[in-house]
Amino acid sequence: MMKRSVIDILDLSLEEIEGLLATAQDIIANPDKYAHACARRKLATLFFEPSTRTRLSFEAAMYELGGSVLSVTDAASSSAAKGESVADTAKTVSCYADIIAMRHPKEGAALVAAHSAAIPVINAGDGGHCHPTQTMADLLTIRREKGAFSDLTIGLCGDLKFGRTVHSLINAMARYPGNRFVLISPEELKLPSYVKKDVLAKNGIPYDQTTSLEKAMPELDVLYMTRVQRERFFNEEDYLRLKDSYILDMAKLRAAKPDLCVMHPLPRVNEIALEVDDDPRACYFKQVLNGKYMRMALILKLLEVEV
Amino acid sequence: MNIDAIQNGIVIDHITAGRGMRLYELLGLDALDVSVALIKNAVSHRTSAKKDIIKIDSDIAINFDVLGFVDPGVTVNIIRNGALVEKRRIDMPERLTNVIRCKNPRCITSTERAIDHVFKLTDRKNKVYRCIYCETKA
Repeated sequence: MMKRSVIDILDLSLEEIEGLLATAQDIIANPDKYAHACARRKLATLFFEPSTRTRLSFEAAMYELGGSVLSVTDAASSSAAKGESVADTAKTVSCYADIIAMRHPKEGAALVAAHSAAIPVINAGDGGHCHPTQTMADLLTIRREKGAFSDLTIGLCGDLKFGRTVHSLINAMARYPGNRFVLISPEELKLPSYVKKDVLAKNGIPYDQTTSLEKAMPELDVLYMTRVQRERFFNEEDYLRLKDSYILDMAKLRAAKPDLCVMHPLPRVNEIALEVDDDPRACYFKQVLNGKYMRMALILKLLEVEV
Repeated sequence: MNIDAIQNGIVIDHITAGRGMRLYELLGLDALDVSVALIKNAVSHRTSAKKDIIKIDSDIAINFDVLGFVDPGVTVNIIRNGALVEKRRIDMPERLTNVIRCKNPRCITSTERAIDHVFKLTDRKNKVYRCIYCETKA
């Protein structure tokens, strides 16, 4: 058996993503069918930086498949603190578990683990680089809320420079025809030119750039809000200046389409006012749940479990 | 200026004028205990344009990836017993292993021990190489 890892959303073909979406939707419809699918299989969650929600999502996913979990929540202060390399950690954990979900602050860490591990590795976030299962959650949310991945005007708002979820979603959605992006950010946090050039321009995907969320709002089918993340800044002053650039509240939402889908990878800080939570257009907690279903589908696929 | 012909060794020819010294350093020729000539701004007999040439008076193993990365289009001539036995035009390699290092401080290569620094060619036309770990441009 050739072990397969997922480091980047682009490691999955469109057909494979469709397959995962179909499995996730079948899990939602028939949860009992999957309740013992991964019995006697173990997922190791190796988290070298804290991310409670991603870890819980993976762990809940594995438990709902009837599997068990080996959880390392402070990998950075245990093995890594003793000087163990990521490669050696991956080899060691391969002796105990059947699949690894790894979060690490360094970009490319999951690929290093995948090269060394004898078991599949799922990248649960490698610094500011990739976070494919977040994108899978985003895709299932768009599929369930909008029905299709085509002919949508997708607004991306906030930190488009360091926001890996944004880059990954652009990469994923660029493979479907007819979509248009509206890039809403402060000047300092604009989408990097290589993403614009290598992904948007290269695929002939139309996009507009603006600093005004209000102006962009009426035309959007999907609004993807992001948090300005303190840990991505070397300079605290820059973070403080930019952290509250955009706040979505009911006043701004009044100009939006009635079927707008508001998404956020969470956790939020101030970007979405609490009052928005009760609006039917708020989809960010559904997104969390969708993330669990897609992680279940991915674990099944990588462990080659047929249900 | 005349440099004697070599009997057994390697001539790297058609180096873009000015890139000879970079190649000399990246190929580690300074560490060799054999005669090495680096000729700058030689005039091509064929085109009359300026070029650099490196002559190595020994049949050493050359890292062709370094040549293809720094100056695609150079030619490598292998000389044995005073005669040309092989001539190769060097193109851009698809992958570069341990030729250059990733400069991104957030990349895993900045902390992981014993890791190869690997770059892949992502855009041949614009000669763009990216780190396979963090995708930072070389």
